[in-house]
Amino acid sequence: MIETPHVDWLALSPTLALLGAAGVALLGAVTVPGHARRAFSAAVTGSGFIVSAVFAAIVFDRSADPTMLLSESMTRDRLGALAAVILALIGLAVVLVSWGDGRRGHVGEYYALLAAAGGGMVFIVSASSLMTMFLALEWFSISLYVLCALDTHRRESLEAGLKYLIIGSFGSGVLLFGCALVYGSTGQLGFSAIKEATGADDPLFVTGMAMILAGLAFKVSAAPFHMWTPDVYQGAPTSVTAFMAGATKVAALVVTLRILVTAFPEQAEIWSVAVAVLAVCSLAIGNLAAIAQRDVKRMLAYSSVSHAGFLLIAIAANSEDGATSLLYYLIPYAAATVGAFAIVGARERELGRPVSVASLEGLGWERPFLGAALWAFMLSLAGFPLTGGFFGKLFVFSAIYEAGWWWLVVLGVLATALSLAYYLWVVRALYMRPGEVRGAVVAAGGSPPRDLVLSSAVAAALAVTVGSFFFVQPLVDLARDAAASLPL
Amino acid sequence: MLTTLLIVVPLAAALVVWVLPLSDESTAGLALLAALAEVGLWVGGARNFDFSSQEQQYSASREWFSDLGISYSVGLYGFQFWLVGLTVVVGAAAIGYGMWAGRERPRAYFGLLLFLVGSLVGVFASQDLLLFYVFFEAMLIPIYVLVGVWGGPARVKATVTFVLYTMFGSLLMLASIIAFGISQGTFELAGLGTSSNDWVFLGFLVAFCVKAPLFPFHGWLRLAYTESLPEVAAILSGVVSKAAVFGFVWIVVPHFPGPVQDFRGLVLVLAAGTLAYGSLLAFRQPDIRGVVAYSSMAQMGLIVLGIFSVNDLGLDGAILHSVNHGLVSAGFFLLAGMIETRAGTGELVRLGGLAKGRPALATVVIVLGMFTLAVPGSTNFAGEFAILAGVFQRGWGYAAVGAAAIVLAAMYALRLVSAILHDRRSSGGADGGTDLVGGELVLVLPIVAILVVLSAWPALVTERSFPLDQPTSFITSQQEPAG
Repeated sequence: MIETPHVDWLALSPTLALLGAAGVALLGAVTVPGHARRAFSAAVTGSGFIVSAVFAAIVFDRSADPTMLLSESMTRDRLGALAAVILALIGLAVVLVSWGDGRRGHVGEYYALLAAAGGGMVFIVSASSLMTMFLALEWFSISLYVLCALDTHRRESLEAGLKYLIIGSFGSGVLLFGCALVYGSTGQLGFSAIKEATGADDPLFVTGMAMILAGLAFKVSAAPFHMWTPDVYQGAPTSVTAFMAGATKVAALVVTLRILVTAFPEQAEIWSVAVAVLAVCSLAIGNLAAIAQRDVKRMLAYSSVSHAGFLLIAIAANSEDGATSLLYYLIPYAAATVGAFAIVGARERELGRPVSVASLEGLGWERPFLGAALWAFMLSLAGFPLTGGFFGKLFVFSAIYEAGWWWLVVLGVLATALSLAYYLWVVRALYMRPGEVRGAVVAAGGSPPRDLVLSSAVAAALAVTVGSFFFVQPLVDLARDAAASLPL
Repeated sequence: MLTTLLIVVPLAAALVVWVLPLSDESTAGLALLAALAEVGLWVGGARNFDFSSQEQQYSASREWFSDLGISYSVGLYGFQFWLVGLTVVVGAAAIGYGMWAGRERPRAYFGLLLFLVGSLVGVFASQDLLLFYVFFEAMLIPIYVLVGVWGGPARVKATVTFVLYTMFGSLLMLASIIAFGISQGTFELAGLGTSSNDWVFLGFLVAFCVKAPLFPFHGWLRLAYTESLPEVAAILSGVVSKAAVFGFVWIVVPHFPGPVQDFRGLVLVLAAGTLAYGSLLAFRQPDIRGVVAYSSMAQMGLIVLGIFSVNDLGLDGAILHSVNHGLVSAGFFLLAGMIETRAGTGELVRLGGLAKGRPALATVVIVLGMFTLAVPGSTNFAGEFAILAGVFQRGWGYAAVGAAAIVLAAMYALRLVSAILHDRRSSGGADGGTDLVGGELVLVLPIVAILVVLSAWPALVTERSFPLDQPTSFITSQQEPAG
């Protein structure tokens, strides 16, 4: 009789719930009659994300000490569990946001792919060997390639899918090559085994590490590996963009943090400098390029590049505070990003064309709730007080300051100053129209009925964005518990 | 508890105004009610305020972000109490004026005004450095929209310039706050101790110099004060600029004794320069609000002179003069608004002769003008005298500039008064409209009355700004971290 390894079903349950939801939604795409398909798939996927979040929360509660599962291919710990909760909630928000999408074709497939991508992300944050990491990365990337190209009637969507496929595959290739080099020089796949086996001065090993970092930087969309970001974010269906900007970043950053501190702690001096360089590049390019954008989705894409910079600063700190600040930062960041894209998507539907900053004019008065929410999201992304983004940045800066890199604080502050230019530009457009020409922007085909589902998703995002400011300490406690499972 | 109430009442009222679909009238009424409740709370607080105590009054403290040593910690010493009083009085007058003048989109408008008042009270009551920063930044949010949406034709430019200048300063300050707070392990002002780091000091200095503003950081001033609505300008010049006073008195001077000593010359020169330059510019302005704006800048220079002389006279004078200037400046901006509504213009060449048949207007303008030029016997004279006597101990040159600028103040104040009231109107000039009506008098007279009371009894503020009326020893006592 073959001895089967012990499987910790609870640890796998967040992933399995989403895989199950993906399967059911896909079945629904062919069996459920067309008129009920949207409701069916959305309900299945939404409950998949809810179940996944609940299970992840249970895992968080019951995993005070990290344990290795399935011959060290996966870790059950609070870091992965917290990230999984965040990812599942982002997924749920995206399901709500895309309810009013007006998508006609491929509804079932859309939701199935969303759940599948979510499953891959929930899996990767717990991955602890090169093999599972690469597997999960491809798993959610392939789902995202298809999601980007799902609006087959729009050229931009197809273009986005193709671009993401080509550049993303290139990034995966770099990552895989890096994994091969590391495996070649150490003979190990598990993160902690790599640490034990290390031949630190082996040039192949360091090259492999650098390539792994570069491959992950593609997914994080850190400069100079960000080239795909603006085109893909702009072209992809807006709800998919929201998912990518929020969830992909969480997943990729958490796995970057995990692999760097568990597999390569001996090389910390090398990679922390490399990560800091990536951060500086992202801050500079992201912010400068964002100022020049007219299209809001492109602008937010570059803004996400600049946030990758801030988040990488937290990783570069290579400390428990750094890891804690990263996890905390991700919460208001993800909420504000998903919320902002949700509102942009709503405006897009209303106007029937891509949303430029100019076409946001007057939104604040016509849709007071969405306007005020977008205002709060912009302030949070800019790191303004009364939003969680402020404490996120403050915490990241204080972590890197304690690590002794005060110049990164100065650079970060300068980048924040630059970023105000475009975030406040959006706020200006919301409330101040040049020339007071009322009705200059006419909603195509009149105002659509209020989308209560979307509004509730935006309200939830707003509650998280503002709530994470006032209740910073409880969230930081959670983040610290999660960060404690790393060997820092 | 009272301090928290003073902060929360306007913020809560702002939320109510935004969320509840009230009618325009009840929105304005509710806002005014909240503003008057603030004044009532403050007056009630004044009755039980123990000015002789060394302790903070009405303090409240709660853990907030304990990992970084950030807490919600508020409380009032005498000078903070006066600044809060200035805020609630000017805030109520401004909201009353907005109600009287009638504003578009009142729910958004009054909500933002209340929000601004709440965050200003928070600024003046903070006992935690980071909490201070939070309120300091939070007040930018309403200002940005208040100036940008309801202002004059160049309002968008005005608001963008203002925000760019202020954010530039405050982000430098944020870097300083991080460096200072993290290295001390707490952000609580009482526990912060001192720092001798020049860069950290400069971050704070620049932020407050922008806010005041001191030359050469005043580029935002003219547009912001003239393009915004009169009541918004009243709050901006009367109260918001006092955030700089608070920052200098309660953060910079106590916690950076070394750098303050090293940079005192520079700051005093900048302040004296601001005083002279602002006064000259005020003398050359073509409209009412321009004169008041630059006179406001000049007075801020004078106040900073007082603070950076770091002696009892200078500090007492600075606090008294902050209150005086806040009231006078706010009163004048409201008056400017009333005149502009009547005459349709604020340009001095097109005004004139308004004294004829308008006794109430003429009286109020002349009285406020007398306060502006610090006529002996007025509270402004008391404030300026104390400041100049204080700064004299640091060098007679600064006092000489200050004294000269007081002459300039007389020049621009008299020019303003006579241009509004007495000069013959040029042909094609604007019609002056009626005299001040009851609603307007109700707004302006309390301000004048407070100024008159302070003139009779300036020691009300000067002797009650710092415990035991010993500003310097009190501030020095803050340099030892308490526990």
